[in-house]
Amino acid sequence: MKKWIYANALATLLTVAGLSVPVMAGSEDVVLEDAWSRASIGVNRPGAAYMTVRNTGDEAVTLTGLATPLAMMPEIHETTTNAEGVSSMAPAGEITIAPRESVALEPGGLHAMLMRLQEPMREGESFPLTLMFSDGGELTVEVPILGIAARGPED
Amino acid sequence: MQRRRVLQYGTAGVGALGLMVFVGWWRVDGPGTPQPTGQRPLPLSAMDFRLTDHEGREVGPETLIGSPAMVFFGFTYCPDVCPTTLADISGWLQAMGEDDGELNVIFITVDPERDTVEAMAEYVGFFHPAIRGWTGPEEQIARAAEGFRATFEQVTTEGGDYTVNHTASVFLFDATGRFVSTVDYHEPRETAVPKIRRAME
Repeated sequence: MKKWIYANALATLLTVAGLSVPVMAGSEDVVLEDAWSRASIGVNRPGAAYMTVRNTGDEAVTLTGLATPLAMMPEIHETTTNAEGVSSMAPAGEITIAPRESVALEPGGLHAMLMRLQEPMREGESFPLTLMFSDGGELTVEVPILGIAARGPED
Repeated sequence: MQRRRVLQYGTAGVGALGLMVFVGWWRVDGPGTPQPTGQRPLPLSAMDFRLTDHEGREVGPETLIGSPAMVFFGFTYCPDVCPTTLADISGWLQAMGEDDGELNVIFITVDPERDTVEAMAEYVGFFHPAIRGWTGPEEQIARAAEGFRATFEQVTTEGGDYTVNHTASVFLFDATGRFVSTVDYHEPRETAVPKIRRAME
């Protein structure tokens, strides 16, 4: 009987430990760099935001979603251009970043597509964008809004 | 008897070979040729379409003859490729300095449903002043795209919205309306500007 209780306690302890230890493993080693976006015209057109997501840790991390008060439907999308020069855009799904690797969200590739803007994106302002990871971790970056004709974070 | 059989096989063989050659010709040079993708655009003088520019003027391919031209397709609800292309072109024009005055730079929408004359005027106003926006009835835009050998296709997205897949290359024509080359989507300034200058020679 006593043995059984010990075993149970041990199992509980292991479960709790098992749940709590890996929860934040991975995503706390993610660094977000060079975030930028372009101003919008009104709220009808979707916006886009760009940045570099760097995994400085030793474990792969998986980016699962986005959240921002600026848009009802923020999603990672990917633009692809085929051999005939035709560009198309589609949701990119989950993105796994290998240890010590980074993923660039940049014009013409992956980008944070900001659908259903709640307010216009005004040049000179900024907005918070939260990246959610599969381990439950979240990271928020303040994204500066540049001009509509901006080409990169330095513009 | 033996000889006759050889002759029969021989005839059949020649016939089969002939058929293969014919099929090959039909598919490569003959009427069965598949429409090659990435074909060269027609000369502007051979195109036929009627559109309206962002200032409400009636325009067509003949509007572009007399000066070199740079033409591309896109739409103003496009969050990534189109502002990038317009921003790239604005950068190329800036790098070219005063030369840009003699260049026709045309952005033709593939989304006439949302890109009205007013929407085009507002949008192009944020980029280099040489860039002009053209829109019009869908069927006229389809004719224009056909002339440029460009394609576009409306695709429904989640939430009932839609996006438009489209050819993102920039087409360059000389002052006589002859097609010179394309600048690929997101091509660096170092190669794009010399291409534009070549079209202007």
